[in-house]
Amino acid sequence: MKNIFERNVSGMTERLSRSVIGIAGCGGIGSSAAVSLVRAGVGKLIIADHDRVEPSNLNRQYFFFGDIGEKKTAALRERLLQINPDCVIEAYDKKLEREDLASIFENADILIEAFDKAESKQWLIEEWASVFPERPVISGNGLAGYGDFASLRIRKTGNIYFCGDGKSSDASGLCSARVAVVANMQANLAIELIMNKTGDVK
Amino acid sequence: MGKITVNGHEIDWNDNMTVRNVLDRMKYSFRMLVIKVNGTIVKREDWETFPVPEGADVKVIHLMSGG
Repeated sequence: MKNIFERNVSGMTERLSRSVIGIAGCGGIGSSAAVSLVRAGVGKLIIADHDRVEPSNLNRQYFFFGDIGEKKTAALRERLLQINPDCVIEAYDKKLEREDLASIFENADILIEAFDKAESKQWLIEEWASVFPERPVISGNGLAGYGDFASLRIRKTGNIYFCGDGKSSDASGLCSARVAVVANMQANLAIELIMNKTGDVK
Repeated sequence: MGKITVNGHEIDWNDNMTVRNVLDRMKYSFRMLVIKVNGTIVKREDWETFPVPEGADVKVIHLMSGG
């Protein structure tokens, strides 16, 4: 198993293996971010979603034709364990509600906001910042369309981070390349925050 | 007259100013927002009543659907 992380940046594997990252939603953002985090060597992921894989998900989400009809959490969990069988994947097949956010993600060092709808992003960020103000939440905000790479950036207010252009609306359509770029900005930032954290990861 | 800062822009402050007053003043009609006043998150249900003190630093982030 150790050979999986042979090419990791020095010090990264040990640090990340002791970290726990929560991912709220297993769609375009969540499925891609999860894959990158497991490949990076994160020790445990807590994932949550209540949807099943639909054909319209395949244009941007990390699922395959044979997954159609499967629960997203189950399909993603299986895929992640095929990358690293030693990664602990705690999967919640349920619609996330404000009131159970704290209990489901209680052990997460960082939360990745991976919802689709702005309404959901809003309550998730509000709730997380209220319950765990000292723990970062990384949101995907503005990742629709294609191109316009230069407008993708990270904005920060306290421990709330926003990745994306902050302006593109899903009314213009969603394309795998741009969604995956932002999902990986979020994963990359999560890795950076864990690596920069002083002292032991909780 | 006192001032507050909203996303880096200075605007006039008035007595009993609430988050809702700030949004109206800034003509932010978009509904999906994350709002912080002096670093504290203000939940949506509190926007109408949450007091914005003189000199406050207000951050308003627009949330876009897609994921």
